[in-house]
Amino acid sequence: MSKTHILATVNGDPVEFLASPGMTLLDALRDELNLTGSKEGCGSGDCGACSVILDGRLVCSCLVLAPEVEGARVETIEGMAQDGKLHPLQQKFLEHAALQCGFCTPGLLVAAKALLDAHPEPTETEARYWLAGNLCRCTGYDKIIRAVMDAAAELRQERAA
Amino acid sequence: MSETLEKPAAPGATDPTVLSVVGTRPIRPDGADKVTGRATYGADFNMPGQLVGHILRSPHAHAKIVSIDASKARALPGVKAVVTAADFPDLASEMHDGGEQASNLRDLSLNVMARDKALYDGHAVAAVAAVSSEIAEEALSRIKVTYEVLPHVIEVEDAMAAGAPLLHDHLFTEGLAARPPAASNIARRHYNERGDIAQGFAAADVIVEQRYVTQAVHQGYIEPHACVAAWAEDGRCEVWSSSQGQFMVRTYCAKVLGLEISDIRVTPAEIGGGFGGKTTVYLEPVALALSRASGFPVKMVMAREDVFRATGPTSGAVMYVKLGAKADGTITAATVELKFQAGAFPGSPVGAACMTALACYDIANFTILGWDVVTNSPKVAAYRAPGAPIAAFAVESAVDELARKLDLDPIAIRERNAVRNGTKATYGPTYRDIGYVETLAAIRDCEHYKAPLGPNQGRGVAVGFWFNVGGESTAAVHIGEDGSAVVVTGNPDIGGSRASMAMMAAEALGLPVEKVRPMIADTASIGYSMLTGGSRTTFATGMAVVQAAQKVTAELCQRAAKLWEVAPDQVEWKGGQAVCLDPTKPDKKPLTLEALAAQSARTGGPISAQVSLNAQGAGPGFGAHICDVEVDPETGQVSIVRYTAAQDVGRAIHPSYVEGQVQGGVAQGVGWALNEAYIFDADGRMENPGFLDYRMPVASDLPMLDAILVEVPNPRHPYGAKGVGEVPIVPPLAAVANALRSATGVRMPELPLSPPKVLAALDAKGG
Repeated sequence: MSKTHILATVNGDPVEFLASPGMTLLDALRDELNLTGSKEGCGSGDCGACSVILDGRLVCSCLVLAPEVEGARVETIEGMAQDGKLHPLQQKFLEHAALQCGFCTPGLLVAAKALLDAHPEPTETEARYWLAGNLCRCTGYDKIIRAVMDAAAELRQERAA
Repeated sequence: MSETLEKPAAPGATDPTVLSVVGTRPIRPDGADKVTGRATYGADFNMPGQLVGHILRSPHAHAKIVSIDASKARALPGVKAVVTAADFPDLASEMHDGGEQASNLRDLSLNVMARDKALYDGHAVAAVAAVSSEIAEEALSRIKVTYEVLPHVIEVEDAMAAGAPLLHDHLFTEGLAARPPAASNIARRHYNERGDIAQGFAAADVIVEQRYVTQAVHQGYIEPHACVAAWAEDGRCEVWSSSQGQFMVRTYCAKVLGLEISDIRVTPAEIGGGFGGKTTVYLEPVALALSRASGFPVKMVMAREDVFRATGPTSGAVMYVKLGAKADGTITAATVELKFQAGAFPGSPVGAACMTALACYDIANFTILGWDVVTNSPKVAAYRAPGAPIAAFAVESAVDELARKLDLDPIAIRERNAVRNGTKATYGPTYRDIGYVETLAAIRDCEHYKAPLGPNQGRGVAVGFWFNVGGESTAAVHIGEDGSAVVVTGNPDIGGSRASMAMMAAEALGLPVEKVRPMIADTASIGYSMLTGGSRTTFATGMAVVQAAQKVTAELCQRAAKLWEVAPDQVEWKGGQAVCLDPTKPDKKPLTLEALAAQSARTGGPISAQVSLNAQGAGPGFGAHICDVEVDPETGQVSIVRYTAAQDVGRAIHPSYVEGQVQGGVAQGVGWALNEAYIFDADGRMENPGFLDYRMPVASDLPMLDAILVEVPNPRHPYGAKGVGEVPIVPPLAAVANALRSATGVRMPELPLSPPKVLAALDAKGG
């Protein structure tokens, strides 16, 4: 099967790779671009470990075909910390001990960033439903939700300042 | 150095005021890597020139493998190797005690690759290595396996019945007075008793009895099994894999492939959850066999469907509990019978379930009978407090019914029958330094227990027990020339143990925790350590870390004595520095670790120490939980509206991660209670091998989970630690069921408490 030449933007940088017709965006990120921060937990869009932001929309990268991202902007966990400084969500996840094994963490952080980008002042219930597509088997979500709410408060403060 | 020891307590074990690092909440040392995607898990590692390995799995629950013809697969360009059971040695039956549960090496090998029979849907029958995933899949479709399909059996009581399809011709029930005349699916009978059971029931004012059923559930770690294996031409092998123990992987690979331990080095990847399910091997020996056959490194990663069909789960069970009590709530007699699915090979956790079933209760008369039964389902693996949540579901539901019948408060009846220090446990030993009644008091006195309930809501209480274990561990502490420290252990960090190791070392050395770098070494770089499991790491490996750090401080005192020209006993390590006690040398100012490290070349060379030990004296753990549910009478949907879990944790080294263990255990238990279950079709194929249909709790299913840490220190650990990871999954199954009983007036003795079943129960009750 012939491969398609794909040009896209990942974390602000131009990238190019060859995609076979059945290749997922997750495979492209992990295998072609060496961005292994996005994880495969199920391959069927049920666990959210592969969450990325595609043209501003939160998606499971295992459900997006790589040839579809021609010309698109993709944001992954690797682009979240800026200039050597952790994003407030990342910092709050650490302060609240919101991870144990850490495998679901990249996907949860990306999903939480998409939440706060779209809804800077979520209620706890809104945060829980927004993140319902991201399975975590270790934490019971308690500390994750606290970290997200705390990061939201800090981001609002930053914006107000 | 190796020793079995039970050292006297260090100062911190009983007096928390002397601790400066233990009990604080620093950011975990591996934190930045894990929030940025840099941490390298099983599937994130690659070798130059690696092939991709895929496994062909049986589509039948029970079938004779008549023949395997792989010639068409081998002929496919890009296919580099095909292996079947013929490529593995045919092992004799031999038990191996690898940590939490003993394994029969023959069964382990047959589970890795089926030989004569496929024993469950998903059982591996062949594997290929190819240059791409697509070619590997194509190759699998070209392997011709001729099966003779046999009748199968999955439900435990069906498997025990006379005339059931037999999984193993050689399986004769153990634990009976005499060897039975015929083979059966019953691998073992467990039995324990005390007192006079008939007299106990005769003395009772009320009796409750009930049959309970639970389904097989999966550990549900989000990271599928993954590894890379490389076999060199000189016979030396390298394995990178995500597991709960690199030494376990090394041992099992050596046994399954007939290799020398010295020929295998296993490097632990970060592990994306295990919960007991990664205490054995599935892929690693296959990847090694494919690498040997092909001459290239081989990477293997399971799909989620494979994880469900061929790994985990824990047992489904049928149980019977009968309790008798006096009007004041004193339990006079208990009869417990537990029938556990083992899956394709013997070794369900029914033994541990028998030992834990009544472990919270001081009962004069009881009998506990357990059955380990093989079934045509995946061989069960350890799952967090293996067996205990299942037995606790039955026993704690029964105690709840007893309290109702006697119109007693559910906490009060448990307090009346509670085990205390000095009580002889039902499983044998005498308890000491346990914090059970303190844990009951914590939930009795908490605000949650007094809070009013809303409409359609109910409250349930349940308790739980787990042994916690110690065992063999090695730790090394190396001092850098700037006075910083590296702590090396052999235990994968599954939930934040790097933090607790660094904190305990920092405490003992008197260093800020940021100056301690914890490392998890491969099998060639640190001494043997049992796997991360049994809630042993913070206790046992932590003990090795503290003792190694203490050896280092003793050495530092020696070095200071040399510099000061005083007797070594005139130097004390205090507050992270050597202090001169010699009254004739008042001019000797304390020497910091940094100062001593800088001069180490002049005083004897680099400073480091290693300790290997077999830790004894792990303190058993107890938990007491309160759960509030709300039932939607229209749909039967049960929501958890509030949850409080109190647990005796000994001393919390890093309280945030201890709370996290409690919350995580509760969430898993809630999933087990409400939704999770293996569902098989009429042909014995799993119908829900994915996260859409195997429904684990998501964020919107749960409220905040309040953890109350009760600290009754374990004097046999330097800082008082007890294992904490397993206890919290024990009570929730019954806590949820008891809350549902309270909300609806209906006792539902069969899990999961899913909406259709709840609705049917409500309808049967008459709405």
